[in-house]
Amino acid sequence: MRAPVTDLPLAFEGATLRARGVEIVGNLTLEVVAGAPTVLLGPNGSGKSTLLRLAMGLVRPTAGRVTWGGRPAPDERLAMVFQRPVMLRRSVGANVAFALGRRNEPRIRELLERVGLAALAHRPARRLSGGEQQRLALARALARDPEILFLDEPTASLDPAATKAVEDIVRDVAASGVKIVMATHDIGQARRLAGDIVFLSRGRLVERADAVQFFSLPSSLEAAAFLRGDLVI
Amino acid sequence: MPDGPTALQLVFGGDPALYAIVALSLYVSLSAVVLAALLALPLGAFLALTHFPGRTFIVVLINAFMGLPPVVVGLAVYLLLSRSGPLGSLGILFTPKAMIVAQALLVLPIIAALTRQTIEDLWTEYREELTALRVTPARRVATLLWDARFSLVTTLLAGFGRAAAEVGTVMIVGGNIDGFTRTMTTAIALETSKGDLPLAMGLGLVLIVLIVAVNALAWGARRIGEVRAG
Repeated sequence: MRAPVTDLPLAFEGATLRARGVEIVGNLTLEVVAGAPTVLLGPNGSGKSTLLRLAMGLVRPTAGRVTWGGRPAPDERLAMVFQRPVMLRRSVGANVAFALGRRNEPRIRELLERVGLAALAHRPARRLSGGEQQRLALARALARDPEILFLDEPTASLDPAATKAVEDIVRDVAASGVKIVMATHDIGQARRLAGDIVFLSRGRLVERADAVQFFSLPSSLEAAAFLRGDLVI
Repeated sequence: MPDGPTALQLVFGGDPALYAIVALSLYVSLSAVVLAALLALPLGAFLALTHFPGRTFIVVLINAFMGLPPVVVGLAVYLLLSRSGPLGSLGILFTPKAMIVAQALLVLPIIAALTRQTIEDLWTEYREELTALRVTPARRVATLLWDARFSLVTTLLAGFGRAAAEVGTVMIVGGNIDGFTRTMTTAIALETSKGDLPLAMGLGLVLIVLIVAVNALAWGARRIGEVRAG
């Protein structure tokens, strides 16, 4: 078990992002604390990925602020896995070494074993399947020894078997004490993984609730419609 | 046409003078490309990854310099290296070193401009991943240059093509001295003007074969590298 997360809570205080006159995320106020995985749920274009990018410091809010324990985004102890991770043009092991910042063979092996890729350490990363690439991206993220890990729709383009492999790793990582914040529009996945749900729609925070409560009795009409499978645009 | 050996007889006859010319040409052109690459690769990557006042002007200037007239570069280098020039004390005018410097100046904008474009395109793909991994700016440059290595081979070949085909610059700063600074291109120009067409044609044939061979080798190395690295 890891030491308690010290850069949390992650706080969005009226965070707004506008680009070319369009509001992508509006007046978002939200606090993320240590504990079970937080899942950002909502239809495409609801602002889930933007919220993760704001948290990572990849984009800056045009209004409001995002703080970590009252401070700006730290450079250490956080990592992110993207929907389509970039595979560096080198071997699987070298990709992990890159994230580690040095060639530490025992650590590389340990990380690759954790994601089930140890046997592929010498294979070119770009030759991996989509699911394997996503698992390598997880290994790279874990190489940074994060205390919070952001996942941006990590299984959006994967088949069920690959999705299960990624979800198993996510569960394992969460159980080790790493705070998971994951964006998805897959209701089933949210049910399987979430401790609490942040439901977004059209760049706005619509609902925040414990996962069990959210799925049994959503408090907003939009969330209820989304859970019914209605087209929420 | 004067009596004498044919072009093919010269090429395959083991003429030491011809081989010396070929060797010098390769030495000068390859050295110029290496020298230019050492400066132009980091310069191109730097321009791709940074934004500062005047950057656009520099980018436009380097793009424009891809079409630098060789004789103008030759003249500029001549003035710099001539006995009364600011670098005259080096004493390298009319030597292969001067030819390397001049060709490197011609090739540098080509490599820098194409590198900038390649790295800029790759940066679009890598930006979020490298930023999320908190990669330092210096390491970004190294990472992008390494990951673009196969594309940059083509860039270096473009530079080599420019250097190997060049005649005006090396004629001015090298002087086309027999056995010392005579390259294939200057020899072809000279022999054609003298009417020794078989030698000119032989050299032309060798020049084309060499350029094709270098490109084929680079292409093969690139393919092997791509297969191994993915």
